[in-house]
Amino acid sequence: MWENIKTFASEFFVTGDPLIYGADVSIALTLVAIVFALTYFKKWQWLWKEWITTVDHKKIGIMYILCSILMLFRGGVDALLMRTQLAMPDMQFLNAEHYNAIFTTHGVIMILFMAMPFMFGLFNIMVPLQIGARDVAFPFLNSLSFWLFFWGAMLFNMSFVIGGSPDAGWLAYPPLSGIDHSPGVGQNFYIWGIQISGIGSLMTGINFVVTILKMRTPGMKLMRMPMFTWSALSSCLTIMLAFPILTVTLAMLFIDRFAGGHFFTLDGGGNPMMYINLIWMWGHPEVYIVVLPAFGVFSEIFATFSKKKLFGYTSMVLAMMSIAIFSFFTWAHHFFTMGSGANVNAFFAVTTMLIAIPTGVKIFNWLFTMYKGKITFETPMLWAISFIPCFVIGGMTGVMLSVAPADFQFHNSYFLIAHFHQVLIGGVVFGFFAGLYYWWPKMFGFRLNERIGKWAFWFWNIGFYVCFMPQYGLGLMGMTRRVNEYDWSQGWDMGWMPLNIVSTVGAFLMGIGFIFQVWQIAYSIKNHKRDVNGDPWNGRTLEWSLPSPAPVYNFATLPKIQEVDSWWEEKERIKAGKPTPQAPLEPIHMPDNSAIPFIQSLFWFIAGFGFVFNWMFFAIPGLIGVAVTMIVRSFQKDEGYYIPVDEIKKTEASTRGAG
Amino acid sequence: MKKSRLAKRILAALPLLLMTVLLSACSEKYIVLDPKGPIGQSQKDLIIISTLLCAVIIVPVLILAGVIVWRYRDKPGRKVDYKPKWSHDTKLEITWWAIPIIIIAVLATVTVRYTYALEPSRPIESAEKAVTIQVASLDWKWLFLYPEEGIATVNYIKFPDNVPVRFELTSDAPMNSFWIPQLGGQIYTMSGMAMTLHLQADQTGKYFGSSANFSGKDFAQMRFIAEASTKDEFDAWVKEVKANGNALTIDGYEQLQKPSVEDQQQFSSFPEGLFNKIVTKYVPEGSTGHHHGGAVSSNEPKQEPVQTETDEHAHSSHNAAESTHAGH
Repeated sequence: MWENIKTFASEFFVTGDPLIYGADVSIALTLVAIVFALTYFKKWQWLWKEWITTVDHKKIGIMYILCSILMLFRGGVDALLMRTQLAMPDMQFLNAEHYNAIFTTHGVIMILFMAMPFMFGLFNIMVPLQIGARDVAFPFLNSLSFWLFFWGAMLFNMSFVIGGSPDAGWLAYPPLSGIDHSPGVGQNFYIWGIQISGIGSLMTGINFVVTILKMRTPGMKLMRMPMFTWSALSSCLTIMLAFPILTVTLAMLFIDRFAGGHFFTLDGGGNPMMYINLIWMWGHPEVYIVVLPAFGVFSEIFATFSKKKLFGYTSMVLAMMSIAIFSFFTWAHHFFTMGSGANVNAFFAVTTMLIAIPTGVKIFNWLFTMYKGKITFETPMLWAISFIPCFVIGGMTGVMLSVAPADFQFHNSYFLIAHFHQVLIGGVVFGFFAGLYYWWPKMFGFRLNERIGKWAFWFWNIGFYVCFMPQYGLGLMGMTRRVNEYDWSQGWDMGWMPLNIVSTVGAFLMGIGFIFQVWQIAYSIKNHKRDVNGDPWNGRTLEWSLPSPAPVYNFATLPKIQEVDSWWEEKERIKAGKPTPQAPLEPIHMPDNSAIPFIQSLFWFIAGFGFVFNWMFFAIPGLIGVAVTMIVRSFQKDEGYYIPVDEIKKTEASTRGAG
Repeated sequence: MKKSRLAKRILAALPLLLMTVLLSACSEKYIVLDPKGPIGQSQKDLIIISTLLCAVIIVPVLILAGVIVWRYRDKPGRKVDYKPKWSHDTKLEITWWAIPIIIIAVLATVTVRYTYALEPSRPIESAEKAVTIQVASLDWKWLFLYPEEGIATVNYIKFPDNVPVRFELTSDAPMNSFWIPQLGGQIYTMSGMAMTLHLQADQTGKYFGSSANFSGKDFAQMRFIAEASTKDEFDAWVKEVKANGNALTIDGYEQLQKPSVEDQQQFSSFPEGLFNKIVTKYVPEGSTGHHHGGAVSSNEPKQEPVQTETDEHAHSSHNAAESTHAGH
């Protein structure tokens, strides 16, 4: 009996590596600390009522961003472990198996559990405020999306200490990810973690498309929407078209692994190439899904901090939408070297290059937004300005990679690694940081400390170039991705060591930048000046017309929109003594909180966990729980509630009174 | 605004940094930019053409960005004008839709031409008859078969210089990618498929051979040496290997195919049709199996070998390279 338990435990828990034991201890301590703090400060009820069951888009957005920062930490630690290994390849700091697991989880976490939720957090907080809506179109669904993401991410992250991490790369190509070559549970964690959160992403995409199309305040025509809202629309349309592909592909991979299917196997008429095509049909649009909203953030910031209208609004919309469309026609550029033949390669090379055209136009429009403006350099603007050179160079190397015959020399090399980190960090991460700094006052009612923020900015930026510029060189030296060591026994020195060491130094500089950011947030929470007028940056769009943080119903009366940058124009009118008259207050209808999203997602988690270990006694009850919660919800008569006029008056007086 | 000055300096330094990286690339360690064969040379040319075409637009944009940010920063007593409502100019916008369109049109034309010229299954024009080497990526070693010479090697190939080499590639493991950076671009090796890649070395030397696609635990150890020698040396080497009496049997192959890391090995013979056996391993009885782009049996080159533009470059690089560096 005891022996059985011991055998089970040694297979169930990941063992044998001091790093993992360290992680075990720190996870256990963190959990104990959280439970203790919640109990000690009597916050359980607060947590449940105010956060877990909330359907308020602003709170859901904050939870998204909180999770994504935690995931940035985990993915970042993965990155630093890899860089440490590559700086001293002979030290066996990470063995091959551990290294393979870490680059896999690094990729999955950074794209799916860091960039995606960060983006959804910004959408949630800002899109309704920018279009004059009181919530999203489907608040219940929104909460469900978040909790699906949350439990999906938990399931994926658990693999680090329980069962073993996936280690077949972030896109898990078969046959390597098939049952023959990856018999462990790691790939199951991969499939179910991504599948569960991916369903949430798909629903968020639908939710925001409907919100933007149907919930705009009177007068907010499509061509009067703030550019960030446009970017959210283009990104969510792309999600709606791309994510079903991911869901189906992962389901097929699961059937192959779980039920002996032959979609992607080598024998039985399966074909791994099919998986590679399918996964990139989702995977390529996916990178545009995360970068388009960053473009939206930059558009807002360049206009605000240049105190000037965004240049070329129509061009910008056209460019964004054409990027969203073109993103579906470039997937095969990820495997020019798989023998598709000259016709296919030529086609996909050209479609890929076409994307450079609208992107180039956007760069010019941003530059000319600043031209004849009055530029100030607060932290959001610093990130936005630093984005331009970074993205321009990253875009240039992207065009170089799209030259199919040259790609035969770049493919899978560090040149490629440097390229996509440059566009994903320089574009997406810088963009979301900029958005977080820009909208932080709207979320919490105070600004983040500028001085510490600038330290963080410089560490990140200098660290970025020190880390990734050498990697272009390493690619040209023939270093390929995913190698954990490059000491060749035959005694050839490829000369990769010096640039790898430089690159590692850069990675740690970015790590220091992250620590500065955490310090900045902690410091600002303790020492801040309350922002009283709700418009600390002299903003241009509707969200800045509200008090900070925005009241639960957002807009006491729905504003009437007459132009782009309506809040800026309204401020001009107020200055001229002719403010737009506001409608009288009416009771506001709001949705009720619900525990079902949390509970249903928890059942998904249980079902997923069961499928990971092939434990039907977990999986079946989990699925039953999912079905029951769905049925319960279907028969619920949930009509929401009204906020009476008196209460609105009170809230408005207290939030705006001070200003 | 001390910080913004620093920002501008960094902006200005970036293109310089990039130039430095590219210029220092003449160093022999940047093997992709130090090709020793016509295919690699054409690819290097293409890398340089695309870099220059991009730089034509990137460098001015970076300078423009620096100038605008510097000139229009907010400061007391600023002289330049401020036009908060100026947000549209049809001529300007048409201009910057046009600039990238023109650049991309040029680059696309070049790319499409090279894509057909450098299609890896296309034979290299030469008076010499190509040497055929069959390649199978295994977990985690490379097996090479010489069907005409009847010998086999592991993690090492030798072939004559100035003679085209026709690689026929497959895998008996998760897919990998066969890459000799100094001779030319890579191609994937995939189970159940046969791919074709033509390369040629213009000078003798030992070249680094890489497994460029992740294929599981020890793929990082999976490297090989590609040695180009003179025709005589090659013939002598073949004779020597044939005489060593170490034959690769079917059983031997089954052993070799199991996951392991191996040193270089040489076999005096190998089982007849081993390569086709690996390719058709998953084909059910009675069916013909996957035929892919350059599948070996079905797709002998039908087109006439075409003179690519690579040849003259190849010669010039040959001469230049000889004086500097003769391989590793």
